[in-house]
Amino acid sequence: MAEHAHGDHGHHELPFWQKYVFSTDHKVIGIQYAVSALFFLLFGFCLMMMMRWQLAYPGQPMPWIGTLFSAVNMPEGIMVPEYYNQLGAMHGTIMVFLGVVPLAVGGFGNYVLPLQIGAPDMAFPKLNMASYWVFFVGGVIMLASFFVPEGAAQSGWTSYPPLAVIAPTGQTWWLWGMVALITSSLLGSVNFIVTTVQMRAEGLSFFRLPFFVWAQFVTAFLLLLAFPPLEAAGVMQLMDRIAGTSFFMPSGLVVTGQALDVSGGGSPLLWQHLFWFLAHPEVYVLILPAMGIVGEIVANNTRRPLWGYRTLIYSIVFLGFMSFIVWAHHMFMTGMGTTISTFFQATTMIISIPSVIILTAFALSLHGGSIRFSVPMLFCLAFIPMFAIGGLTGLPLGLTASDLHLHDTYYVIGHFHYVVAPGTIFALFAGIYYWFPKATGRMMNDVLGKLHFWTSLIFMNGVFMPMLFVGMAGVSRRLYDQTQYAYGAQVQGLTAMSSWSAWLLGLAQIFFIVNFFWSMKKGKKVESDNPWQATTLEWATPTPPPHGNFAVTPRVYRGPYEYSVPGASSDFIPQHASENGQVAQPEPEPEPTPTPADDD
Amino acid sequence: MSVEEIPHTVEPHPITGVYNGKFGIWLFLASEVMLFGALFSTLVLLRVGAPSWPQGSELLNVPLATLNTFVLIASSVTMVMSWASLKMDNFGRFKLYLGLTVLLAFVFLVIKYFEYTHKFHLGIFPSTNTFYATYFTMTGLHGLHVVGGIIVNLYLLFPGSKLWHTAPEQFANRIECAGLYWHFVDLVWIFLFPILYLL
Repeated sequence: MAEHAHGDHGHHELPFWQKYVFSTDHKVIGIQYAVSALFFLLFGFCLMMMMRWQLAYPGQPMPWIGTLFSAVNMPEGIMVPEYYNQLGAMHGTIMVFLGVVPLAVGGFGNYVLPLQIGAPDMAFPKLNMASYWVFFVGGVIMLASFFVPEGAAQSGWTSYPPLAVIAPTGQTWWLWGMVALITSSLLGSVNFIVTTVQMRAEGLSFFRLPFFVWAQFVTAFLLLLAFPPLEAAGVMQLMDRIAGTSFFMPSGLVVTGQALDVSGGGSPLLWQHLFWFLAHPEVYVLILPAMGIVGEIVANNTRRPLWGYRTLIYSIVFLGFMSFIVWAHHMFMTGMGTTISTFFQATTMIISIPSVIILTAFALSLHGGSIRFSVPMLFCLAFIPMFAIGGLTGLPLGLTASDLHLHDTYYVIGHFHYVVAPGTIFALFAGIYYWFPKATGRMMNDVLGKLHFWTSLIFMNGVFMPMLFVGMAGVSRRLYDQTQYAYGAQVQGLTAMSSWSAWLLGLAQIFFIVNFFWSMKKGKKVESDNPWQATTLEWATPTPPPHGNFAVTPRVYRGPYEYSVPGASSDFIPQHASENGQVAQPEPEPEPTPTPADDD
Repeated sequence: MSVEEIPHTVEPHPITGVYNGKFGIWLFLASEVMLFGALFSTLVLLRVGAPSWPQGSELLNVPLATLNTFVLIASSVTMVMSWASLKMDNFGRFKLYLGLTVLLAFVFLVIKYFEYTHKFHLGIFPSTNTFYATYFTMTGLHGLHVVGGIIVNLYLLFPGSKLWHTAPEQFANRIECAGLYWHFVDLVWIFLFPILYLL
């Protein structure tokens, strides 16, 4: 409807490269982020599918695909250990820093947050553009590192020294790539915080903000304050590699029988502290936006307010704060001493409380609701138990005694993948299905969506559930071939099951990819600007929202989730519906000359 | 609609009392505190863990660094004066003071250059030991921040200053933000100087 009113004049006035490439419009930037991130997610997934062949059938040539690779990396189709390590390190790096975070924060945050707070754009549109392009450069550096001599980084996504310092050139590229990605997220987070605080629509107080905005707001603080220490650590590791310093190199290090020619006196543990000081908050950067998406969709599809809205907000703020003081639970095995371990064990147990509160609130929101089993809601319904498994399997890792056995095994891999893959990534899929009609004006196909959901749910569990058992059997997470140990050979069947599930999971994503592109051109057109009958402000814009977003500057009169209010004429009251009017404030007329009524 | 410029806000937000740019620069500085905080923590950790640690005053050139401290403090003062001149509507004096700020920043870098090259002539490099590793890394990163400040200030001094004639308040705000950054760079040095050179 309003599409026509705004589309005709102005469409051709900005040149293509300014409108779609170097755009300062938060919605275009959001889509740029989302599309790049989806590409990187697929790429990172492909790396892992190759690794899964080596794990399931160690030392056997990879059919068809193996022949495409160079004789250095895969002689006669058999993956060499060095290449396996590259794939492992880059899978982690790409999934976290180029896939999930850019999609959750750069994609959804950029697209949805300004709309939900009723702002015409982000506070700093040019900075926003810079943030995307710095991210892009970081991504290109990471991809290019596969083609340098001896290949990409191979010291794991954690890049622990001294191994990372003496690793081939790929590691230096990894560090430069990280510097770019950190800079990008710094620019982004400044923008998000300023936008949220300064650009809210009139009447939109902090306790009327949608839960998604709160989640992004807390996430931005984590990115702002946790990433710089890793940047410092990255600079120091670069110095170690390039200038020959010894920040992370201890004295008397012997490599392949030869004493290393460095001054020594550094501390490998220091890297771990700095790295995890970022990387634990990073876990919450991965999960908080996902929780925000789930909150929105659960409220919308149960047709009732989120249970414990304020409690949810206090919980994520507390979660954000606590995430800065739990990092050393990744380091119980480093011998840092029992006193420190006990402290971090205690904080780790404390941080599980707000997570449980959030999940409980979501579960309670379902109780008594009239649930619409739409595709986004299905993904959210799966998110709750899947994230719960991820969270609960983390408890034994947070307790020092049980961590002794489980540390660095496949159990850890199973645990955090449950959090991030069927947890966060499911929520991200839900978000795509949910906001797709706003961004394109067309719905995604329901049948393909449901096929995508059910197959993904089954195979996700097929991938990660066996890992928990393989890990409990004692198989180390970085092993290239577990069958060389008797205890590993015993559970080789489970590992093969993981692999087959992973490949089938890959096939299941075809439903999504087809749906995504098909619906863009041929999907069912939305009949109104608010196809889900939602309450939040992003649905008060024309579809798709033009540059500047709102046809009339919105004013907010109520909280974010006024669903099924007793006595109301419809089962939802939008945030911008005035106190007197029971239904939504009249939209501006679609005719080119709007009525000169004042906006009360 | 799609080409309509979204208007720039120069007014402070009624609740927070600051305009967007100022809020943004404070957040940026908060992250910078974390960056340098990590480096300072590194220094403390390595020093505490080392069997012996040299006295900075015996190895580094304290008189030159003292001079540099005064140079940077002076440049902070001229930075404030340039902003104040704008507020007093004196564009000529603004140019003078911002020019002086840039000049003093260059003086700082030249002195730093002599300190560095002297060390290199003596065969002292970042790889010599962990003390010099922290010295070169921290002062080097600080030096990069000085270079960044010079670039921003030069932009505001020449091509960027055209904005004064069309949007004076926005331009004054830019100078204020650049100033906040510059004071931060100054402040980092105030910490670096005693910790590296004197302790």
